[in-house]
Amino acid sequence: MLTKNAAGVKARKRLCMTVNGRAVEIEIDIRESLLDVLRDRLQFTGVKQGCSVGECGACTVLLDGTPVNSCIYLAAWAHGKTVVTIEGLAQDGKLTPVQEAFVDEGAIQCGFCTPGVVLSTTAMVDSGKCFTHDEVRRELSGHLCRCTGYQKIVDAAERALREADVAADEHPV
Amino acid sequence: MIGASSIRKEGRAKVLGTAIYTDDKFMPGALHGLTVRSEVPRGILRAIHFGEGIPWEEFTLVTAADIPGTNLVASVVDDQPFLIGIGEEITHSQQAVLLLAHADRHLAEKARRAVRLEIEELPAVLDIQSSLDLQPLIYGTNNLLKEIRIAKGDPDPIWAQAAHVIEGEYRTGAQEQMYIEPNAMLSVVEPKDGLLQVTVWGSLQCPYYVHGALKQLFGLPEKQVRVVAMEMGGAFGGKEDYPSVNGGHAALLAWKSGKPVRLIYDREEDLACTTKRHPSRTRLRTAFDADGNLLALEADFILDGGAYATLSPVVLSRGAVHAAGVYRCPHVRIHARAVATNTPPPGAFRGFGAPQSLFAMERHMDRCARQLSLDAVELRKKNFLRMGDTMATGQVIREDLDLAGLMDRALAAIGYRDKRAAFALTNPEDGPIKRGVGFSVFMHGCGFTGNGESHVASVAGVEGLADGTVAVLAASTEMGQGKNTVFAQIVAEALQLPVELVDTAPVDTDRVPNSGPTVASRSTMMVGRILEDAAIGFKQALVQQGFLAEPYTPASFQAAVAKAVAALGSLRCYGQYHRPPGLQWNDVTYQGDAYPTYSWACYAAEVAVDLDTFEVKVADFVAVQEVGRVVNPTLAAGQIEGGVAQGIGWGLWEEVAMQRGRMINNQMTNYIIPTSVDLPRIQVIFLENAHAGGPGGAKGIGELPMDGPAPAVVNALENALGALRLDEVPMTPDRLLERCEEVSHG
Repeated sequence: MLTKNAAGVKARKRLCMTVNGRAVEIEIDIRESLLDVLRDRLQFTGVKQGCSVGECGACTVLLDGTPVNSCIYLAAWAHGKTVVTIEGLAQDGKLTPVQEAFVDEGAIQCGFCTPGVVLSTTAMVDSGKCFTHDEVRRELSGHLCRCTGYQKIVDAAERALREADVAADEHPV
Repeated sequence: MIGASSIRKEGRAKVLGTAIYTDDKFMPGALHGLTVRSEVPRGILRAIHFGEGIPWEEFTLVTAADIPGTNLVASVVDDQPFLIGIGEEITHSQQAVLLLAHADRHLAEKARRAVRLEIEELPAVLDIQSSLDLQPLIYGTNNLLKEIRIAKGDPDPIWAQAAHVIEGEYRTGAQEQMYIEPNAMLSVVEPKDGLLQVTVWGSLQCPYYVHGALKQLFGLPEKQVRVVAMEMGGAFGGKEDYPSVNGGHAALLAWKSGKPVRLIYDREEDLACTTKRHPSRTRLRTAFDADGNLLALEADFILDGGAYATLSPVVLSRGAVHAAGVYRCPHVRIHARAVATNTPPPGAFRGFGAPQSLFAMERHMDRCARQLSLDAVELRKKNFLRMGDTMATGQVIREDLDLAGLMDRALAAIGYRDKRAAFALTNPEDGPIKRGVGFSVFMHGCGFTGNGESHVASVAGVEGLADGTVAVLAASTEMGQGKNTVFAQIVAEALQLPVELVDTAPVDTDRVPNSGPTVASRSTMMVGRILEDAAIGFKQALVQQGFLAEPYTPASFQAAVAKAVAALGSLRCYGQYHRPPGLQWNDVTYQGDAYPTYSWACYAAEVAVDLDTFEVKVADFVAVQEVGRVVNPTLAAGQIEGGVAQGIGWGLWEEVAMQRGRMINNQMTNYIIPTSVDLPRIQVIFLENAHAGGPGGAKGIGELPMDGPAPAVVNALENALGALRLDEVPMTPDRLLERCEEVSHG
């Protein structure tokens, strides 16, 4: 079902990607953002829209493990890639250590920035790297939060990183 | 339960991504609504032209002529139309003229751009001074949306006798709430049992405000209107009054189309057209004796109220009552005015007028100390309110108030004396970085001003559920502040149950009573107190009807509730606000107990100014406050930290740039709010002093932290840079450079 405009240019494309561990095949308009495809077509509404210009970070998803602002990322570019949204973290209702840290530290208020920040923190934890306090603040600076003043978010991220570090020491790869 | 950091009730859903915000609600077949707005600040709408190339017959279109009921938004003053009709006056640049809806979001946007409005432009008023000068007259007979006078004693004879008379003028800019979830509404209007039923789901703080607005808009009785508060991505006042407007717009489109309608603002529209903090101008005149005792105070407090009154009368009221600050003064005169301009109406924003007047007063006290050659700490100590003193409205301080102790605690925590001494040595050295430390002392009135609580007469309740757990019935909304958790804690404490057995019912006007709007630092203290009563009544009903025997265990209580619900069908108990004895207020004279009590605070800030770039870094921040008993320390600290961040933003970076009455930096890229690298660790210290009127001794907390940061930061700037004209916020790098140039150029 490819539609063509007058110049013969295809406006639609078949997109194959993996979302939260499941293969997805969907026909998209090449102008659609990854955010719109995830939210409107695939009902992953945990991905939030806050600004549409890549400024607030609420729409962050992990693309092959790297945080991206899905509002300014064309869905077509995700072809063949692996996407993880907030819905893809917990398995069988069990929160990941990052999610637990956010709940326990009081790092959540209105919750609208939460999916994005949790995913970015997850990427930091998964990187296996060490981060100083200033580096944590810098890594999370792409996420605007208007409720918390960031303190408890930074606390939660540092706790998750610390716990991952301890876990890695106990179970070296 | 009270005093424990219970885990946020809806935290798990939020971290799983399963919490349903308005735009997340699945609504098959919904149309996308859009709003066509004026682009000129003032004029007469002559015609609406629909451009070519758009299949207009596929669109649902709503104009003022379609409105079935009253074309006025129900508010404090009903003066704002939902839509402007042909031949009517446009009064600001974002005025809604036409609503349109289509199933295709992109086509709808194309159509919006194809509409051309024919407007006969009229001269507009765009600032406070032009409004005062009636250049031209745009509202009523004097451009005043509201005027308030507060008088105590008589300052007039004092000016001539006093050893020192010090005057100052202070300005504060508009500020955007910048909740991360933009304003959003869904609506369905359909016949039910032969009657029209209007339903709105939305991101809104005050379900019964929207409910009232919809009744008036459609001319319908209470039962035919339903409002549901969805999960809310922040609000801070920005979803207090505006949802009555966009909720109405969504419902009009749903009614006209007969289909569900989504009206989701994008960020640019949200910033351009929704409410902001009122810009202000305050002129202060103070008289002191030779020892620095405050003898008289005169305040001329003016808010830019925009094109309609909306909430300006009550914002002005709170600002006026807070204008004299935390000081004892025998002779006070406060003249407060909200003036009309041709700008989108400002509205509620955390603090609600108090941050503006307190910025002026707390900057003024530092300037007075400098002129009196007194230490800013000593000057305040001489003049602090204490138990038995009267405030400007004649309200007597009945609590054991120790502001000097509060201040000392904050100054010790930030190392005020040592830092002042150190910076006095290092600042004169070469090098671009200058450091300073400053502070502010302030209060915030808890609950509505004056008779507000009596007028609303809030009702809240407790309901037993079939599984034996307890639901809180209140229209108070969760916007991230922690209402779900705090209410559950209060009810659990009253019933002596674990907090897991109590949860809040969905906020749906078909299910919960009107516990008043979720505003004014009133939910914990006012609604919480009603819930405490309701919970005790609920337990007594269980006992009296033989379902429950005391003493009980949580398990036996749960079994009793389940049994009672099975036997009776339902079991609910409600409480209502009753004015505590001894509180008096006169709305005409502005005399009496403006608030049942106040929360008190001292905030201290350390700044580092880079004189190469004029960037200001807040290096350290201490927030010490007395808020009665703290219900949930983690949530309370979160309120303070977030409020401080907003206050620092207002003080240093957040500027609403206006051009021809329109916000031109209406994007997150150029309206700058603090990020995680812009803020220091905020030290939060609570001093607890249980207040008899609040549940478990709690007072209000939500707005307090917005009041103190801006004056503390600017006072610290003066310490870093010396006497400059630091009379305005935000003190952006441009503005700071300008102030420094004034001094270097003489």
